Amino acid sequence: MTPPASLKLASHEGRAAEAAPGPEAALAIRGLTVSYGQTPAVFSADATFPARTMSAIVGPNGAGKSTLLKAALGVIPRVSGEVTAFGRPVAEARERIAYVPQRASVDWDFPATAGDVVLMGLYRRMGLLGRVTGAHRRTVRACLGRVGMADFEGRQIGELSGGQQQRVFLARALAQGADLYLLDEPFAGVDAATERAIIDVLKALRDEGRAVVAVHHDLSTVTRYFEHVLMLNVRPVAEGPVETAFTAEALDATYGGRLAATHMDSLILATA
Amino acid sequence: MDTLISALLLQAGYNAALVGIGAALLGVASGAAGTFLVLRKRALVSDAVAHATLPGVGLAFVAMVALGGDGRALAGLLAGSALSAWVGLLAVEWMTRRTRLPEDAAIGAVLSVFFGLGIVILTLIQTMSAGRQAGLEDFLLGATAGMLFSDAAMIAVGGAVAVALVWALRRPMTLVAFDAEYAAATGTDVRRVDLAMMALVMGVTVIGLKLVGLVLIVALLIIPPVTARFWTERSGRMVWGAAALGGASGYLGAAISASAPALPTGPIIVLVAAALFALSLLFAPARGVLAAMLRQRRFQARVHRRQGLLALARSEPILEPYTIRVLVAEGLLRRDGVATEAGRAEAARIARDEKRWEVAREIHRDAALTGRYDGLTPIDAVFTADEIAEFDRRLGPPMPVGGMA
Repeated sequence: MTPPASLKLASHEGRAAEAAPGPEAALAIRGLTVSYGQTPAVFSADATFPARTMSAIVGPNGAGKSTLLKAALGVIPRVSGEVTAFGRPVAEARERIAYVPQRASVDWDFPATAGDVVLMGLYRRMGLLGRVTGAHRRTVRACLGRVGMADFEGRQIGELSGGQQQRVFLARALAQGADLYLLDEPFAGVDAATERAIIDVLKALRDEGRAVVAVHHDLSTVTRYFEHVLMLNVRPVAEGPVETAFTAEALDATYGGRLAATHMDSLILATA
Repeated sequence: MDTLISALLLQAGYNAALVGIGAALLGVASGAAGTFLVLRKRALVSDAVAHATLPGVGLAFVAMVALGGDGRALAGLLAGSALSAWVGLLAVEWMTRRTRLPEDAAIGAVLSVFFGLGIVILTLIQTMSAGRQAGLEDFLLGATAGMLFSDAAMIAVGGAVAVALVWALRRPMTLVAFDAEYAAATGTDVRRVDLAMMALVMGVTVIGLKLVGLVLIVALLIIPPVTARFWTERSGRMVWGAAALGGASGYLGAAISASAPALPTGPIIVLVAAALFALSLLFAPARGVLAAMLRQRRFQARVHRRQGLLALARSEPILEPYTIRVLVAEGLLRRDGVATEAGRAEAARIARDEKRWEVAREIHRDAALTGRYDGLTPIDAVFTADEIAEFDRRLGPPMPVGGMA
């Protein structure tokens, strides 16, 4: 684990202070457009996810939420747009960014143990030929412990439940010791205990001064889990603190009337 | 048999010994390199690469003759094969990336077109005066008759380089094979890792051309890794297991083919590898077919035992013959369907366990604990003794299962 260096780094970097979003932005996206063929999946999206904050990206299916994250990280190519993390281009800030992909995006029959997967989070630091040291193993164990999976280090990943697999993915991101955590649907298809464990870890990260950005599909928990929200439906519809941006009008505009009005009221009331 | 033993001991002549050592080294290299190919689920790309070597062999021959050379220099032929294999590989890659063609269609197209082109070139060479004795068709299925020391040395050097590269690139290749998106997000150039992996496969293919031939080299790249997968759940061990299995297949296959005059080396090596695969498929401890069948049978017996005992506890008749067999075999039931002393005691115990679970689900709202009820897990494997005592207090004293039934 590296100490939370985000504050120090951001403040003594003159360049970061000059940049438009200011040093407080953990992730800033300007004019991002991504397309599959000729159809834009994300069109001209701007977003500024603040540091030391838990942010959600919400929107209907096919709204480009996951695409936005992947394009911001350079996992898929973008047509246009600029993305900076802590005031620097993403490619130069990789050490400070950890990504948690969707659990369903990998084949869990891969020959690896939970510990092996978490160790992957340290590959970058180890380099091609560096040895796995005792310190690396301790980090792996500590990160598994943090997500409540200390006893599962030697377990084959295919034998884990869906929730446990999601925790292993989070532990791998923790091992990177990053300052910005980008998660793609971390609560999709996990049990209640896992959801609680994950949100506790994320809140702890926020309290340590790190930034969390999660693609989120469960509107009923937005106000409880997050402080900042981006509402996306190919184009960004609304963005800002949850109290001001997560409104009935914004929900209606994002989901295009697909949410029943009564349901929407219950979501908004939860804020008050 | 004597000839096989002498071949195994490298005593069957100079040529046979060279072939044996060369085949073993080739097997080690192809097993190690093939592991990541299999893990990346791109095994068939190697088939396209192998078939795409053929035009290069022919064209290299023509070029060397045109330059006034012999045309049969192995290094030149292999360089040509590598070049055209690389072109074939890039064609597959380009088609998959730039068009809507799925990868298997691109592989099929490249494989057959390059192979067809290669056959045309080879046929034309046959009609050239210099080409009559070229023996280029040996590259199709491999030939060991004229194996030279330099050929074996080339396999040794090429194989060692391939194994060293696998070792050096094992982390990026593992990462890309397991989770390419995460790899890209952490700054790994996925396309470059993929190309490096394919270059490795191509290198192994090229050094294996002379010995095994382009049609069968795919088997050496794929079969040892999938065999190794039966025995391990770690990718690192799979690499070395595949290398060992590939080496053993090469060595054993070469020895068998040397022990009889008419046995072709390449195909025998592949058959040996396939035999090891079949053995693993059947008998591997965790992933083997037999182990899975045994596991399923044991599970079935546990279900029937539990259901039968619960029926006894409720004084219901047991109708299923399999249930009766399971209980009789354990001495819990007599052949005439009457419970034995031990059977009644066990039925009472199981009935009690079931009742405790009911109470547990009533008073314990912790879904993680009560969710472990599957009808088979005994409650004392989940709850502590004092918790069970609490359930019992609510249940009252245990009820014996009557002997009247």
